[in-house]
Amino acid sequence: MVLSAHDKANVKAVFGKVGGQAEELGAETLERMFAAYPQTKTYFPHFDLGKGSAQVKGHGKKVAAALVEAANNIDDIAGALSKLSDLHAQKLRVDPVNFKLLGQCFLVVVASRNPSLLTPEVHASLDKFLCAVGTVLTAKYR
Amino acid sequence: MVHWSAEEKQLIAGLWGKVNVEECGAEALARLLIVYPWTQRFFASFGNLSSPTAIIGNPKVRAHGKKVLTSFGDAIKNLDNIKGTYSKLSELHCDKLHVDPENFRLLGDILVIVLASHFGRDFTPACQFAWQKLVSVVAHALARKYH
Repeated sequence: MVLSAHDKANVKAVFGKVGGQAEELGAETLERMFAAYPQTKTYFPHFDLGKGSAQVKGHGKKVAAALVEAANNIDDIAGALSKLSDLHAQKLRVDPVNFKLLGQCFLVVVASRNPSLLTPEVHASLDKFLCAVGTVLTAKYR
Repeated sequence: MVHWSAEEKQLIAGLWGKVNVEECGAEALARLLIVYPWTQRFFASFGNLSSPTAIIGNPKVRAHGKKVLTSFGDAIKNLDNIKGTYSKLSELHCDKLHVDPENFRLLGDILVIVLASHFGRDFTPACQFAWQKLVSVVAHALARKYH
């Protein structure tokens, strides 16, 4: 699966529009993921996952920043997220299936906040981008 | 049998009452074909699927999308027996249509995104949970008679 020039442009356009609210988007993505897929909470036993949790907000900010970084370096996502990829492989070891769940929730957040932004073509590009990010983060797992 | 809390039933039925089945169904199926182009393999007879514009405007896509989402309505009316509701459709999708059940999961996720885009903030995390559960149960029921 390869990101075309068109995909890259679409992704950059999305982050151009929503990048300013990246922290909120990240926090809401996590909130939705924990709500819609309770099994994802197993990776955060040390967190307060209640509504408005400062830890979830803080972590959402980190997740969003990584997505922004990947979008800003879309020609070399593997390079941009190399350290994060090491972290996920060696320390976090989040099962690969969960990246898809996070991706789904990110798309839901963008759809609910900016429906006009998420045209079918942009939806396709963003979905591919999120898959690419997940692939990079799990690339060194074995 | 799947257990639905009163809240989940409310969240599902409440939203469903406001859904334009024809529009949402058409949009969900079109997005499936656009976002996951390999799903077009099942629709060779639908004519022009050569671009997102062609897919969105394709009357067969619209009609089929409406049909698919209308059947969701049957599940919602029979939340306590989704398995039974989809038994024959499951056999059909296996024996006649030869559809990989993974496609039901893909369509379900797309439907959730379409609902989010239509209902915005009203599509709360709790609402998403109920609907992700519903689409998952429907996908499971449709795969149940596969052999």
